[in-house]
Amino acid sequence: MLLNDIFSQRKIMWNRMAQKRKRGQEKIKACPKCKMEYYSGEWKENQYICPSCHAYMPVPAKERVAYILDENSFKELFAQIITKDPLDFDGYEEKLQLNQRKTGMQDAFLAGVGKIENRKVAIGVLDGRFLMGSMGTAVGEKIVCLTEYAKKKNLPLIIFSASGGARMQEGLFSLMQMAKTATAIEQFKQKGGLFISCLTNPTTGGVSASYASLGDIILAEPGALICFAGPRVIEQTIGQTLPEGFQRAEFLLEHGMIDCIVERKDFRDTLSSILQMHL
Amino acid sequence: MQTASSYEKVLLARSKDRPGIYDYIRTLFDGFIEFHGDRLYRDDPSIVGGIAMFHDIPVTVIGHHKGKTTEEQIAYNFGMTSPEGYRKARRLMVQAEKFGRPVITFIDTPGAYPGMEAESNGQSNAIAENLAFMSAMQTPSIAIITGEGSSGGALALAVSDRVWMLENAVYSILSPEGFASILYKDAKRASEASDAMKLTAQDLKQFGLIDAIIPEGKKMFLALDSMLLRELNRLMKMNKTALVEARYQKFREIDHMND
Ligand SMILES: [Zn+2]
Repeated sequence: MLLNDIFSQRKIMWNRMAQKRKRGQEKIKACPKCKMEYYSGEWKENQYICPSCHAYMPVPAKERVAYILDENSFKELFAQIITKDPLDFDGYEEKLQLNQRKTGMQDAFLAGVGKIENRKVAIGVLDGRFLMGSMGTAVGEKIVCLTEYAKKKNLPLIIFSASGGARMQEGLFSLMQMAKTATAIEQFKQKGGLFISCLTNPTTGGVSASYASLGDIILAEPGALICFAGPRVIEQTIGQTLPEGFQRAEFLLEHGMIDCIVERKDFRDTLSSILQMHL
Repeated sequence: MQTASSYEKVLLARSKDRPGIYDYIRTLFDGFIEFHGDRLYRDDPSIVGGIAMFHDIPVTVIGHHKGKTTEEQIAYNFGMTSPEGYRKARRLMVQAEKFGRPVITFIDTPGAYPGMEAESNGQSNAIAENLAFMSAMQTPSIAIITGEGSSGGALALAVSDRVWMLENAVYSILSPEGFASILYKDAKRASEASDAMKLTAQDLKQFGLIDAIIPEGKKMFLALDSMLLRELNRLMKMNKTALVEARYQKFREIDHMND
């Protein structure tokens, strides 16, 4: 072992001890990729990017808003919207309650207004922790309400997506949210509104094939899976394994489907620069 | 209320004996001229489109093509559309809007094609662009789900002023087999899934998610002909702003319909 390695290893050890003193009460979460363990506060401070292997972890909607917006500028809107369980689907009600408890959210979408470098924006974030960020009637309704709000108030609209697609438990009602959100976004854009769609891991199925693909500008996080049909479905169809990197943000960029890839920590600055050119 | 179970309807909706897109075109329209291609990459044969006369009204007709024999099914990819097909449909709708022709779509698909090339060419983008264009199109449109209306691949032709289903058609978020394998981790429980999914015309009419059911049987084409004539005349009388606004509200209010 080189002397350098020994020093860096000791540095890591010291750092861990310091963190333990500071955060001893916090929950520890291991990086699913490199298995290194960090306190929840460390994850939060580092925008859910693994400090050792730089893997991107899912970001809770509330934290995403905090990373993007000016401090304390966020005001939540349409918080009261919840699903009516239209199919009366067996077990769904309980699943919703468990997810509400787990995330502290009513459903998978957080909507509101806030400021980026003092510029007011309408912002929405899908939270992948809530039933995989799937889009049912509550998510669809909130997206439409936010879009109509942005239209009325003449605000740029920014939506961060992270979703497994349409919400199965609401059947065709969920499919209709694709039509509903696309309709609202189209009207907003036709009235001159700026819609910036931000795709994060994963953005798939009915979300990818509706409003999320309709951004005037489409940004994506590095490595994000963005697709209509998921890799497993395609592998079953074609009977072979998919090449490395297929349906990842870099692949979509190469195939002309997104405008650019933005590192998580650069998102606020990039959005701010774009907004400055849309006065 | 239902004679056939939900899953029997799924199987019925998939039956090769049901009329296909060319049967509808031959029976309901005159002088159909088929148009091809998306002007970007290729012609997707799983979508058929063109112009025709409906009584004395020039219309644009677009529909999925599944094929009946095995050779046909392979040639038309079993009605599973690629981005090029949705883009062809959109191109024909842009053309219809320009010349003020109503658009009539016939929907019968197991879903958008889940293939590598389809993904590389922007399946999500193609479907999303269709939803957006149809939602704001300044010419009337009527969508008829004739067999299997599955997933975003069906919806991509169905953001219309009127959405109808044949009596034994089904319309769903994905196939009952797919649904069962996701939610029950067992594709064999498709029959159970189709009950829970509420995908029959009767269920969906009750929810207000579709506007009308077309009775099947000997006089189906006759019924379809009168319904199309009546509703097209109604829709064509509306001014463009009112038409687009009504369509906006139709999809805007979708989950309040069963309040
Ligand atoms: Zn790691």
